[in-house]
Amino acid sequence: MVADPVLLQTVADLFPNGISRYAVGGLLVGLGTVVIYAATGIPAGASTFLESTLSYVSDQSRFQRYVGSRDWRLVFTAGIILGGLAFAATVQSGVVTSSLYEPGTTGHLYEVAGVTLWATDVQPWRLFFGGILVGIGTRIGKGCTSGHGVCGVGSASKTSLVGVVTFLTVAIGTAQVVAALGVSP
Amino acid sequence: MTERHPLFKPLVFVGGIIFGFGLGFSHMARPEVVLNFLQFDDLGLPFVMFGAAIVSGIAFALLPRIRDAAPLTGDPYERRLKPFDRNVLVGGAVFGVGWGLSGICPGAAYASLGVGNVTILWALAGMFLGAYAQGYWRSQRQARDTAAAGTD
Repeated sequence: MVADPVLLQTVADLFPNGISRYAVGGLLVGLGTVVIYAATGIPAGASTFLESTLSYVSDQSRFQRYVGSRDWRLVFTAGIILGGLAFAATVQSGVVTSSLYEPGTTGHLYEVAGVTLWATDVQPWRLFFGGILVGIGTRIGKGCTSGHGVCGVGSASKTSLVGVVTFLTVAIGTAQVVAALGVSP
Repeated sequence: MTERHPLFKPLVFVGGIIFGFGLGFSHMARPEVVLNFLQFDDLGLPFVMFGAAIVSGIAFALLPRIRDAAPLTGDPYERRLKPFDRNVLVGGAVFGVGWGLSGICPGAAYASLGVGNVTILWALAGMFLGAYAQGYWRSQRQARDTAAAGTD
């Protein structure tokens, strides 16, 4: 079979970093979710941690409702951070190599104690103000990319599908406008 | 509070590590890569989100048929179904503006800290502030509504 060169070029343009790192990463994110679900029956999302952790320092009723889950949510988030560090110490540092991993060129790398770490070039004001809206929106909207996007969609929940379509559409529009205004990175 | 199984937290921890490693490997812990997707420069992101959704979807569909309850909690296996109301649209839109501006969501932000991105603390500080603001406002409103109902 001879592949169409125009088609190949189009695919290369749409996926400049290939798809394997995304697909493998997605499988692992799914696997992490399944490990927790299989053992505990809990479909874990990442954004509830924000409110459950606030229950340690605030008496507001909205946060106190998460007192029962705040300890394990802290453990879940600690695991996610450590998982990111494990990735940095292995694949990102080049200790473990794989043809499925495309390192890319975003941000900048630096080294601490032999571990190759990575930092973003996206401007802090974007992260901070974007973060505020993420904190408000995910909690009012009943979920984020993991709660709605992974667990909710995996549950074929109509609420989550609507939630995902909503935040995906608005995020695309926002990013396009911000880029058109010349904000970069 | 009921006693949890001694393996409950260790298992959540292991699941979190796999989850965070996946976010690192897929580059979702890098705001630039998420922004590149939203600007249509690299369409890889759906493979992460839907790939993960398919894997969890298989477990959500199969486990209830295999077992009655989860071994570490005794809880039944249920799907993640939340009631739909206007908040899903309003919150989703606010989240969308924030995600489109910053390129980071909660889980990816935790993993981002792990891959060495200290700058992401700006986003995490923002997320806690935003979560606190909405929680404060909703707690106050609920207290007012309860008080108003009590005087009837």
